[in-house]
Amino acid sequence: MTRQQALDLYFMEARAKLIDIAAFLDRVERSDGEPDFRLTAFVNALEELGAGKTQRARNVLLSLSDPTLEPIPTATTKAACGAWPGTS
Amino acid sequence: MRYIEPHGHMVSRVTDDYVDMATAGCAAVCEPAFWAGFDRSSPQGFYDYFCQLTEHEPKRAAKFGLAHYTWLCINPKESEDVNLAEEVVDLIPQFLDKPNVLGIGEIGLNKNSRNELKVLEMHIDLAAQYNQLILVHTPHLEDKLKGTRLIVDALKSDKRIKPERVIIDHVEEHTIDIPLDAGFWAGMTLYPESKCTAARAIDMIECYGGERLWMNSACDWGVSVPLAVPYAALEMRKRGYNAEEIDKFVFQNPVRFMSQSPKFKTPPA
Repeated sequence: MTRQQALDLYFMEARAKLIDIAAFLDRVERSDGEPDFRLTAFVNALEELGAGKTQRARNVLLSLSDPTLEPIPTATTKAACGAWPGTS
Repeated sequence: MRYIEPHGHMVSRVTDDYVDMATAGCAAVCEPAFWAGFDRSSPQGFYDYFCQLTEHEPKRAAKFGLAHYTWLCINPKESEDVNLAEEVVDLIPQFLDKPNVLGIGEIGLNKNSRNELKVLEMHIDLAAQYNQLILVHTPHLEDKLKGTRLIVDALKSDKRIKPERVIIDHVEEHTIDIPLDAGFWAGMTLYPESKCTAARAIDMIECYGGERLWMNSACDWGVSVPLAVPYAALEMRKRGYNAEEIDKFVFQNPVRFMSQSPKFKTPPA
């Protein structure tokens, strides 16, 4: 697939998702409430999209991941929330 | 087009899904044991579930012309209770000779706890004892990276386990190299909201080759799309892949992995 083909196939979809992200951040910003680690993690992950970077998808996923190696003592929930609340 | 659904929780789906899948070219469906969405209260609940997977669901699939295969385990979401897990694992050997059982799965981790790891090791031991294939679930979202590392370490530490007989499912861009570099197979799950889109799955095929990769819908009782694999095939066609190249990923690769079990019969063309 050439770059032209990739753009023809995916640009409009990516454009729509980009605007959705912008609207999401606007929506959160105009809402009242306490700080939330998920928003901090989200904004940090956006930095992985910056110019000159490679493997952006991988790096965004890594930035949202638990980087530790030790099993936790007990699972107190079954659910995941999409961002790691700890600090590396 | 022909394809295999290598990971679908069909007991959670309606008959219309079987109709749609068969119409789209599905030749066989493979169903790992799964969490029901609530915790089962006793080993007897699992016994009934294993009967459903080995006796009743194959008959339902056959009504739509589909071969049905399965994998047995207690899912990592129910692994915090080690005593219950031990009782369930003890039930499994009596089902391993059933004609549609391919192996142990989907085992793995959910929140990466110590008890989940103990139960994972019990399952790995069971698979090694009975020479079974293994299908592994990796955790969700922020837990996936750590869980994938712990799972691969646990598998590699048991020298009886042959990596080529293990598939590690639900990989994404940040975890795909971990199983592949260790010689395991890897599965990409096509979900609308999490895990992986068709476009990203094809990106990974293009970046990692695809000799030991498959795609699945993992359709269950949650937000999921039973036709995700044929939709991914359509995405490949949009990118210019030909029919033979698409067939490799949606049919031949699953056949190549699952044919390591003598019970798996390649569906006729």
